Amino acid sequence: MARKITIEPVTRVEGHGKVTIQLDPHNNVIDSRFHIVEFRGFERFVQGRPYWEAPVLVQRLCGICPVSHHLAAAKAMDVIVGVGPNGLSPTAEKMRRLMHYGQMFQSHALHFFHLVSPDLLFGIDADPSIRNVIGVAIKHPDLAVQGVMMRKFGQEIIKVTAGKKIHGTGAIPGGINKNLSIAERDEFLKGADPLNVKKMIEWSLAAVNLFKDYHKKNKDFIDNFAAFPSNHLSLVRKDGALDLYHGVLRAVDAEGKKILNDVDYQDYLKYIGEEVRSWSYMKFPYIKSLGKKDGWYRVGPLARLNTVDFIPTKLAQKEFEEFKAYTKGKPNNMSMHMHWARLIELLHSAEVIEELLNDPDLQKDELVRKGKKVKEGVGLIEAPRGTLFHHYRINDNDQIEMANLIVSTTNNNEPMNRAVNWVAVNQLSGKKEITEGMLNAVEVAIRAYDPCLSCATHALGKMPLSVSLVDADGNVIDKKEK
Amino acid sequence: MSTIQFTIDGKPCTGKSGQTIVEAAKDNGIYIPTLCHFEGLKPAGSCRICTVKVGGRFMAACTTPVTEGMVIENKTSELEDYRKAIIEMLFVEGNHMCPTCEKSGNCELQALGYRYMMFVPRFPYLFPKRELDASLPKIIIERNRCVQCLRCVRSMTTSDGKKIFGMVNRGGHIHINVDRELAKNMSDEQAQKAMDLCPVGSILKKEVGFVVPIGKRKYDAMPIGSEIEKA
Repeated sequence: MARKITIEPVTRVEGHGKVTIQLDPHNNVIDSRFHIVEFRGFERFVQGRPYWEAPVLVQRLCGICPVSHHLAAAKAMDVIVGVGPNGLSPTAEKMRRLMHYGQMFQSHALHFFHLVSPDLLFGIDADPSIRNVIGVAIKHPDLAVQGVMMRKFGQEIIKVTAGKKIHGTGAIPGGINKNLSIAERDEFLKGADPLNVKKMIEWSLAAVNLFKDYHKKNKDFIDNFAAFPSNHLSLVRKDGALDLYHGVLRAVDAEGKKILNDVDYQDYLKYIGEEVRSWSYMKFPYIKSLGKKDGWYRVGPLARLNTVDFIPTKLAQKEFEEFKAYTKGKPNNMSMHMHWARLIELLHSAEVIEELLNDPDLQKDELVRKGKKVKEGVGLIEAPRGTLFHHYRINDNDQIEMANLIVSTTNNNEPMNRAVNWVAVNQLSGKKEITEGMLNAVEVAIRAYDPCLSCATHALGKMPLSVSLVDADGNVIDKKEK
Repeated sequence: MSTIQFTIDGKPCTGKSGQTIVEAAKDNGIYIPTLCHFEGLKPAGSCRICTVKVGGRFMAACTTPVTEGMVIENKTSELEDYRKAIIEMLFVEGNHMCPTCEKSGNCELQALGYRYMMFVPRFPYLFPKRELDASLPKIIIERNRCVQCLRCVRSMTTSDGKKIFGMVNRGGHIHINVDRELAKNMSDEQAQKAMDLCPVGSILKKEVGFVVPIGKRKYDAMPIGSEIEKA
């Protein structure tokens, strides 16, 4: 008899999702899908609100990386108030950068230490009662403390830039509402361990080495698990450097050939399309020139290290060179290397935070600039999980009349589905018995992308709803569509 | 002006004739919560958050003059619960989304909610349908947050005394409105004054929001009323 395996909820990711895998009577995989079962709808209910409210309102769609949404919306509003993406005062831009890298640091630390380390430390088929963050705290207390304190460090950086750790108000159209006092700065530069930026750099480097050691011992798993070729997309600085706050849009294919060659993201609609499928609330973005079938791409740490030419901080650049050498300079298409790339970014973020803390511009007073107002603006940022698009249009009364959000996780929709399918076909198909460890392997593949599912579903009115009634043999008995 | 002797919750106080109970209490370092009241404006007595008991009767402390020998009950459990109930009613009969409101931290209703430790209102939310008016050049009127305090109606006038704001309809359908012609000619200073007078986020100056960082807002450090109690 045909059967269906459902993994719900997918654990140790942000938000709610489920996986369904259809098996034939011989346990061969017929189909697999990664569904996003929650719906948020921010694109709709931001309509009618005054434009200066957007950075504070829209960030509420996430509690893990609200700073990304706060800043992407603020960047779009910078364009609307006529300051544009490059016209902020140095203090405003650097305060925002500090906020963003603080967030990148805490989010990457959260993902590696809290969500992923149980799989690596105990094995993906270990007893689930141990294979969790509590298990890590019991067996590896030093590592658990590092994870918690690194996250705290990033959150404290957010607090001094945005006003509070979650859902602050720092970035406003055309600038920022505060600078960094000497006392606030010195907490991180000269503060006692462990909340000291030097300690964070040391621990980040240790985390990179931890992964590299694991990689040496588990080469086959890390290199081959859920690996598949794809396109990669991210922002890069104009000189090709890794820049998580601002840049131009670059996409490369699996071989490294440029598909998007450093284009201005204000024109993203020329290059990026969004496909809607009936079985998920999450859209499927694609590069228009390649079409819906071949235009899907990956975003996030792996994609970023595949698109950029170099990392502009010393220690992270050294790690980047080793990372690139592993694939002989070609794009890295190994899903589990996402963790490696993420930890290199963790190190980079700590280094950038140190640089910024030493920058006297952060104590200056020019916080906001204004220019000639326009009706439409696009703000892009490299969120922890990848490229985040915010696009707004306002009416004559300063109210938002259109919002389009392409959230990082949405960009990774097709890759995550492919990763799920890879595990289903390669590790589940044809097996007599499906073990818990095998099902966790499906989650491990999804977890590599660090998805934030709660952020990713907003397309009210565009999503057809389809309900199918399927009998035990998989035959569709009835189908209703709306 | 003669001196008057009275008590609040048994504490001997002195006041001046002509003072309201709220004003006299303030001079004696006693906080009586207010919302529709604004120093310098003619009292309206519309919100009843300042309700006290005098001689066993409920009275609005912002409109009642203090008199010789008055025995006032203020901080009793009965009155504090009634006040909390009023705050809860104001929350449920509007659409108050504090997390994204730019008045958050400077909002008197929110500050009262915190002071009275309102966690969950005892009344069901009404979710009324109210319209936001963004069509004026200097201000936005966000009716979802209006508590009908009438501060804007009482205070905002043109140089020749014409009222810019007014209320239309009655009862549950009452809402704030403006004389559009007069409102169109409001200066930046008038727009700022209207926003500052509004105890909630119902009147907002256009194109500026969230400029005061968290930590520096009016009620970030101390609860509402503590400036009176400290004095």
